[in-house]
Amino acid sequence: MPLRNDIKKVLVIGSGPIIIGQAAEFDYAGTQVCRTLKADGLEVVLVNSNPATIMTDKTIADKVYIEPLTLPVLKKIIKIEKPDSILPTMGGQTALTLSMQLAKEGFLEEQNVKLLGATPETIDKAEDRQLFKDMLESIGEPVIPSKVVTDIDDALAFAEEIGYPVIVRPAYTLGGTGGGIVSTKKQLLRIGENGLRLSPIHQILVERCVSGWKEIEFEIIRDSKNNTITVCSMENVDPVGVHTGDSIVVAPAVTLSDKEYQMLRTASINIIQALGVEGGCNCQFALNPDNFEYAVIEVNPRVSRSSALASKATGYPIAKVASKIAIGYTLDEILNTVTGKTYACFEPALDYIVVKFPKWPFDKFVYAKRTLGTQMKATGEVMAIGTTFEQAMMKAVRCIELNLDSLNLRKLKEKDTDTIEELLHHCDDERIFVVYEALKRGISIDTIFEITKIDRWFINKLNNLFKMEQSLSQGELTQEKYKKAKKLGFLDKTIKNLSGQEPPQKLYASYKMVDTCAAEFAAETPYFYSTYDDENEAREFIEQHSTGKKKVIVFGSGPIRIGQGIEFDYCSVHCVTALKEAGYEAIIVNNNPETVSTDFDISDRLYFEPLTPEDVDSILETEQPWGVVVQFGGQTAIKLTKHLKNKGVKILGTSADSIDAAEDRERFDKLLEHCNIPRPNGRMAYTTEVAVKEAQKLGYPVLLRPSYVLGGQNMIIAHGKNDVIEYMDIITATELENPVLIDKYLMGTEVEVDAVCDGDDFLIPGIMEHIERAGVHSGDSISIYPPQTLTQEIRDTIVEYTGRLAKELNVSGLVNIQYVIYQGQVYVIEVNPRSSRTVPYISKVTNVPIVDLATKVALGAKLKDLGYGSGVCPEGDYVAVKVPVFSFPKLHDADNHLGPEMKSTGEVLGIDRDLETALYKGLIAAGYEMHKVGNCVLITVKDSDKPEVVPLAQKFIDFGYKIWATKGTSEYLREHGVPSEIVNKHDGPSPNTSDLFDTGEVDFVVSTSTIGRKPAVHSVQMRRKAIERNIACLTSIDTANALANSLLMRKTLEDFNMVDIVKI
Amino acid sequence: MEHGNQLTEKEESKAYLILADGSVYQGKSFGAQGTALGEVVFTTGMTGYQETLTDPSYYGQIVTQTFPLIGNYGVNEFDSESKKSWVKGYIVREWCEEPSNFRCGKTIDQYLKEQNVIGIYDIDTRALTKKTREHGVMNGAITTELPEDMDAFLKELKEYTIREAVKSVTCTEKTFHKAENQELHVALYDYGSKENILRSLLERGCSVTVVPYNTSVKEIMDINPDGIMLSNGPGDPSENTEPIAILKELMKTEIPIFGICLGHQLLALANGATTQKLKYGHRGANQPVVDTVRDRVFITSQNHGYAVVGETLNREVGFVSHHNANDGSCEGITYQNGKAFTVQFHPEACAGPLDTKYLFDTFIGLMKQQ
Repeated sequence: MPLRNDIKKVLVIGSGPIIIGQAAEFDYAGTQVCRTLKADGLEVVLVNSNPATIMTDKTIADKVYIEPLTLPVLKKIIKIEKPDSILPTMGGQTALTLSMQLAKEGFLEEQNVKLLGATPETIDKAEDRQLFKDMLESIGEPVIPSKVVTDIDDALAFAEEIGYPVIVRPAYTLGGTGGGIVSTKKQLLRIGENGLRLSPIHQILVERCVSGWKEIEFEIIRDSKNNTITVCSMENVDPVGVHTGDSIVVAPAVTLSDKEYQMLRTASINIIQALGVEGGCNCQFALNPDNFEYAVIEVNPRVSRSSALASKATGYPIAKVASKIAIGYTLDEILNTVTGKTYACFEPALDYIVVKFPKWPFDKFVYAKRTLGTQMKATGEVMAIGTTFEQAMMKAVRCIELNLDSLNLRKLKEKDTDTIEELLHHCDDERIFVVYEALKRGISIDTIFEITKIDRWFINKLNNLFKMEQSLSQGELTQEKYKKAKKLGFLDKTIKNLSGQEPPQKLYASYKMVDTCAAEFAAETPYFYSTYDDENEAREFIEQHSTGKKKVIVFGSGPIRIGQGIEFDYCSVHCVTALKEAGYEAIIVNNNPETVSTDFDISDRLYFEPLTPEDVDSILETEQPWGVVVQFGGQTAIKLTKHLKNKGVKILGTSADSIDAAEDRERFDKLLEHCNIPRPNGRMAYTTEVAVKEAQKLGYPVLLRPSYVLGGQNMIIAHGKNDVIEYMDIITATELENPVLIDKYLMGTEVEVDAVCDGDDFLIPGIMEHIERAGVHSGDSISIYPPQTLTQEIRDTIVEYTGRLAKELNVSGLVNIQYVIYQGQVYVIEVNPRSSRTVPYISKVTNVPIVDLATKVALGAKLKDLGYGSGVCPEGDYVAVKVPVFSFPKLHDADNHLGPEMKSTGEVLGIDRDLETALYKGLIAAGYEMHKVGNCVLITVKDSDKPEVVPLAQKFIDFGYKIWATKGTSEYLREHGVPSEIVNKHDGPSPNTSDLFDTGEVDFVVSTSTIGRKPAVHSVQMRRKAIERNIACLTSIDTANALANSLLMRKTLEDFNMVDIVKI
Repeated sequence: MEHGNQLTEKEESKAYLILADGSVYQGKSFGAQGTALGEVVFTTGMTGYQETLTDPSYYGQIVTQTFPLIGNYGVNEFDSESKKSWVKGYIVREWCEEPSNFRCGKTIDQYLKEQNVIGIYDIDTRALTKKTREHGVMNGAITTELPEDMDAFLKELKEYTIREAVKSVTCTEKTFHKAENQELHVALYDYGSKENILRSLLERGCSVTVVPYNTSVKEIMDINPDGIMLSNGPGDPSENTEPIAILKELMKTEIPIFGICLGHQLLALANGATTQKLKYGHRGANQPVVDTVRDRVFITSQNHGYAVVGETLNREVGFVSHHNANDGSCEGITYQNGKAFTVQFHPEACAGPLDTKYLFDTFIGLMKQQ
């Protein structure tokens, strides 16, 4: 059936901010969906609170609402826009849950809105534990013995019946939040109660633990005629027990014979047909490694992280096809754009192997529990493609940017063999490296298998890498041995290190095409991966598609991590678009399967590769580009600058030297001095001793950070000597290539600008002011455009400084500058001659296409010719408030106290005519409950914050809250005339804070503390407890004040304008 | 199996792939040693190499696996589709020395050695596949020693053709296989039948008499079957004049007939249609087929180098019930007598998807009506 004629206007709901378990994959899917619907002539209305996405660009949909994803907001937009349909399956769990609520309330029917792609019955059958079990039983698909319970006693009784260990899975939570494997009654009590609380319907599933079985996934698509295909199979290297988002995954499945493969494939088809999903679906199975026994673990009746991975792994655009199906097409009517000749109704055949590797935030959260289980912890992932597993694996470890060139993890070297064997039992982010080290120590493959249950196939492949290492370190490095090592994924650098010899004749990688069909049909996909063969398909492709245009390579930003998120993908994609518009061939290099930039439709050619110097060299060799761009791919791309410069590659825009001048402390200091621009006093140190001495000289508090970092990685504010020592101990644990910077910490207002500069002129689209005073990382601050408290004089100074700095640094393209306003004076804190995380949102609210302009400038254009003027742009009619979003519930033991080190995973935007409403919207979008649920607020702050807490507490009281406070805070409040009840500290006698949280009466916690990030610290434990109880925790007085002010405005939905940003 | 991470490097001796156009690819040897000539084809199936190696339809062919990692789960004693391997040679990018699967009995290298099949690995199988796709199916040879007189060797290579393929792979005597709950009795013409055709019938309550390819109509009538199953098989279908003549006669009876692959082609030829050689055939487990009667598309397992030319089928005799969604070629015929139907693909799967096994049920339905 072709396009349904009853569909003209579709509402697409996005997934909201990036959080662990719901990341950039929905920008990729959502963007593809909106484009597909528009191409079919439909009017598309988009709602998504995440401003950092490509999806919320004005060109992607006809109407774009960056508004909170809540039921009242959606209802209001539906009433305004009157769409005839809603597509609920493209915006993750968030969109699905909201859509189902709208449907179940009868609102959609009342408004004559059709639900496309899924019905509430379908979704319930997949998501409600009991209905899911019933559905599977009715079609004879095996389930793991389990029971849905709504109270803890039933859970305990059932666990007794089936025996421990059991798995707890809360219903309707994201990424399995709140679940876990429990081995004892005591653990079940804790995790079970937590799970019940986190489940919006107060329901958990207790099931037989099949951990150790193989975990296999299928991505399936079905249309309205019941045509069903499987796009891809995937096998988790980590067996059942580790969340698939935290598992190393290969595609296709490799250890299954055809009998097992077809058994599970058929099961997937039976399931999607029984569910009646029209679109994409993901099925996860546990497969007993010793027989044909299997069980269905989970089904996701929507596009998901796995579907994004499957799309990139195969070249089959699942989201696009699923949206076509949702609007009426059948698989045999949808053309396979890869071949242009065949149809979407086929199953991709791969002639390579894909390895997905998760990116975890444990380098940020040094004290967070690294154990992996059923709750996802990774913030992002990378994908590597190779013709051997070993090659793909070696590429993957290069992609995750842990500074690794092989599976050798330095810190494991020092451990004795017994410790290594013991470590095999720990299922954490480093286990694959432990397995490798174990092989090197001669621990047998069988022993490793028995402990880890990682299939011997994978262990043997890792052993092949070890054998190659051994072989390289012995005897002559012949050309044959060298080539063999290259095929297994070794870098020249590593080969040289191991062998102590130069390769006889250097080999550059050749490239193969990802074409969905294993070369059975001629394909036109400009999507390549490297290997070591004679035939170079990329070179052939370039010759055959020669346009005579100049070629520019854009280096992407790699995996999503805290500090380098989806914003940089947004910038990379815009840069590619601008290059194409300007008449260049744009080539992208990136390795993140979740993103828009790695959709092969975006660039003229896509290389799915690690972003290391040697990997890049081979691409340069094949492409011979006219120039390259590094300023949009975050630190990942910037890191390549020196190497590219040394090779003589033309870097478009700001030069390598200027980048260095901004990052090198001494050069930067000189530059500021030369410009006569003040900065907080600063020093450098390589050792703990020097650091302590310098800190003392500057006077506490001081800011400590390594040079060359992004996202404030490993950055702290030290209030005393002990903080400096603790910090230096961690930082010096790894080799220190660059010094640690120590700066005087000024607690003033932080201001940020992004500017486009061409060497003569500069353009500032807007100045952003942070609510939190300096000290909270800019990525974690609530940021307001236009600024609300700055005097004209200060604004002028900022604009003037920006121009001076840009000119002095000779910036060509983008620069991001952070200032602190302290006692009426403007200081520069940081200058980054590259794109920043504020670029997407400021582009959207100011209507200045920042990346587009920066790209044109980098290509040689002058701002004065680009039509946006120079200097600072006039302020618009709207106030935009960016509010950070965190993923603390997923990260056990991570301190949520905000500081100079970035901790947020995503952001939302509130936009409206006035600050109060915009802020209110922003807070709601970020998940704060802006009405009274319980009846009290708990306040416990450090001494220096106490004066400020008095008016704050009063505001909460005015809103109708009762105040609880710890002794010191309470006494201070009482002395200043504000009533409060005393509660004992976390570990004190009852009633303590923990008891208070258990009552469910606390809506907010205001907690600031001076000392340490160690989980043992009392305040950290208290805050963790609050997070587990889903209580909003405010760790900056400024944030708390903003929130309290906003509460007191007593805004309601009626006060909101729904802002279509296309019309701004 | 004893696993250890000792540092033994596998012995690597050279092997060469020589194509009829004179191109030579150097790779490494596995399986048996020696020289093998054959028609070089490729299959895109990502699993099921054991089934491929033992599928008699590959008789006379050198098979290239487009999936680069072969032998991952080893070779077991359960999944063979016939008693031996029929391929002339085997081309892979990489074979797995340490397979892993609970049913694994031996490595693929051991199996090929036992079966005396010459293999070559470390070949850029994608480049080879592209060549086959562009050039069409080509003769080739795998050898562990380069021929001294290359010109003579290439001449021999060019002249190689697969002849009397069916005769070479069929059984010589009829055998009876009793179903546990026998309801029906099927005569299965073995043109090179895959075991799973037999298994598919047995598990549906059909006892089966497997008969040689040239079993006469009279002998069939003596067996008195409820239905006749025509199997898959190798080679050029039009060569098989004897079976075609027999099928012409059988069409006159009222016995239901179900044909697969070569069986489908032979019945079409018996009904006046013609067949043609495809440029590079359909081999894999992902071929989409449109069932025009059901208005559905099914993913099928395929292995054929020839196809029925749908247009040559007289509409009064039958109609094309299935066609390939990619290239439109004929994938199935339903005959107007209502008793015979055939498909080009493999509903018995093995390897490949099980999505069309319902066709066996259709066949059983026809037999029961009778």
